Amino acid sequence: MRYFDPRIEEMPPEDIRKLQYRLLKTLVYRLYSFSPFYHDRMRETGVHPDDIQSLEDIRKLPYMYKSDLRDNYPDKIFVATQDDLVRYHVSSGTTGKPTVVGYTRNDLENWTVSLARGLVSCGIGRGDVLQVSYGYGLFTGGLGLHYGAERVGATVLPTSVGNTERQIELMQDLHTTAIACTPSYLLHMGEVAEKMGVSIRDDTDLRTGILGAEPWSDAMKARMEEWLGIRAYDIYGTSELSGPMFCECTAQNGFHVWGDLAYIEIQDPKTGDPLGAGEKGEMVVTMLQKEALPMIRFRIGDISSVDDTVCSCGRTHPRVMRISGRVDDMLIIRGINVFPCQTEYPLNTIPEVGQHFMIEVDRKGALDDMLVKVEVTKEAFSDRITDLMAIRKKVEHRLRNALNVAVDVELVEPGSLPRFEGKAKRVIDRRKL
Amino acid sequence: MKDTGRYKIKQISIFSENKPGRLAAIARALQEEQVNILAFSIAEADGFGVVRALVDKPEKAHQKLTDLGFNVAFTDVLAVRMRDIPGGLYEIAKILGDGGINIEYSYAYSGKEAAVLILRVDSIETAVPLLLQGGGELLESKVFH
Repeated sequence: MRYFDPRIEEMPPEDIRKLQYRLLKTLVYRLYSFSPFYHDRMRETGVHPDDIQSLEDIRKLPYMYKSDLRDNYPDKIFVATQDDLVRYHVSSGTTGKPTVVGYTRNDLENWTVSLARGLVSCGIGRGDVLQVSYGYGLFTGGLGLHYGAERVGATVLPTSVGNTERQIELMQDLHTTAIACTPSYLLHMGEVAEKMGVSIRDDTDLRTGILGAEPWSDAMKARMEEWLGIRAYDIYGTSELSGPMFCECTAQNGFHVWGDLAYIEIQDPKTGDPLGAGEKGEMVVTMLQKEALPMIRFRIGDISSVDDTVCSCGRTHPRVMRISGRVDDMLIIRGINVFPCQTEYPLNTIPEVGQHFMIEVDRKGALDDMLVKVEVTKEAFSDRITDLMAIRKKVEHRLRNALNVAVDVELVEPGSLPRFEGKAKRVIDRRKL
Repeated sequence: MKDTGRYKIKQISIFSENKPGRLAAIARALQEEQVNILAFSIAEADGFGVVRALVDKPEKAHQKLTDLGFNVAFTDVLAVRMRDIPGGLYEIAKILGDGGINIEYSYAYSGKEAAVLILRVDSIETAVPLLLQGGGELLESKVFH
């Protein structure tokens, strides 16, 4: 199968833009009428749905931020009623409250179709065994890839994350041809396999990696392709967009953003001025068909550029290049988004440690390692090592619950962590990708 | 109970990161204050440690180290004279063990006159009469401070 849906995937660019304009118009009218949240925001901005007279007029519309989801926890900005929701996913929030996303049946369908097109575009289909080694559950990765792969007729092996040795055995026994996971997890798998005496390149049928949910570089991609004997494709998404959503095609030159589902603007992160094709800037994403939780001009925080020329694979939809950075200080630890400020809230609930902290991130072997240094307060200092160990355990436990990622904690002397007057720099990221 | 108090020795405990130069910083501070260290030990955990010391002027040491930003605490410990021969430690440990007293940690020094065992126990109030009745020789705090 060359295309999943050639009618859409080969649509002439000018037709895509016409379709996008129609969808945008409908979206704005719908939100103005049914979303009190976005209605108010449009009123504050002084824009009415009638002001949208072209696709470019999207720039008149107010932005949405990650904080909007947090401030309206859990579902206050949903436009669908609970009767129409068929699924929730939940990701960690920034202030102790998680972010909840909801899906109507159409939302799940569009998500699945988006991935189905992407999987076909990188050569996955009937006859493939796709091992989904993204987490299943509240995280969107596992279930998203699962349904996308089933839709294209691949056989899904839903291993989720962890238990790596068993994953490698299954990869051999069930003849996995493709795997979806974070790039660092695939590197880790490669190392574990070698310890087991298995070469992924020579002893397995794996030939495709669909890798994302964390930053990686071209160098890392080249290394993995050579070492593991695979083609590595970038996949992109966040829970606000539905989940993993857009995937690279066999041309391996950016992921196609399906124009009937999403519209991407690239802007100057400081001024908000639009940037042209090929220019690197802040991505602003509008999901054109989402029902339960519409995302319009969402400032997702990633930095990249767009190539809107027709791809050598024949697809006409714009390609976004590999994400090259963030406009904020968000970290991605083993595929999980972590904002340094997320550690503040749990630390404030633990009187035994002060409010100051430093985060140090390393890559040990293939996997990310996050260390949080905190100061033991005078009041909490005990002569007993066991008491101090208990404090450390408690901090590790609270941070793990808040961040959804395992963290090592180091207790340090009071006053030894840097104090900041201006903008705090609480992160040392030593990973070389 | 009045008796018990005489034997409570004020140990200073200092929280220290496990990195080069920390013990030197502590020792230098004590030197500057002319504080003499009579006995000390370092307990280490993952990434940090606790330096415990018996000093002649605990208040002064506490003040100085606190001023320097160290996390310092006082802890009451006992000091028991041991016979400096094989079995000396056994005699003391047996009294406590038989009496159901748990030793949280301990360190020792061997001085001119005798060997001395420093003990942090879960109950000083119970341990003191037990040791005295068992024939142990407890050093009074005035011996140190």
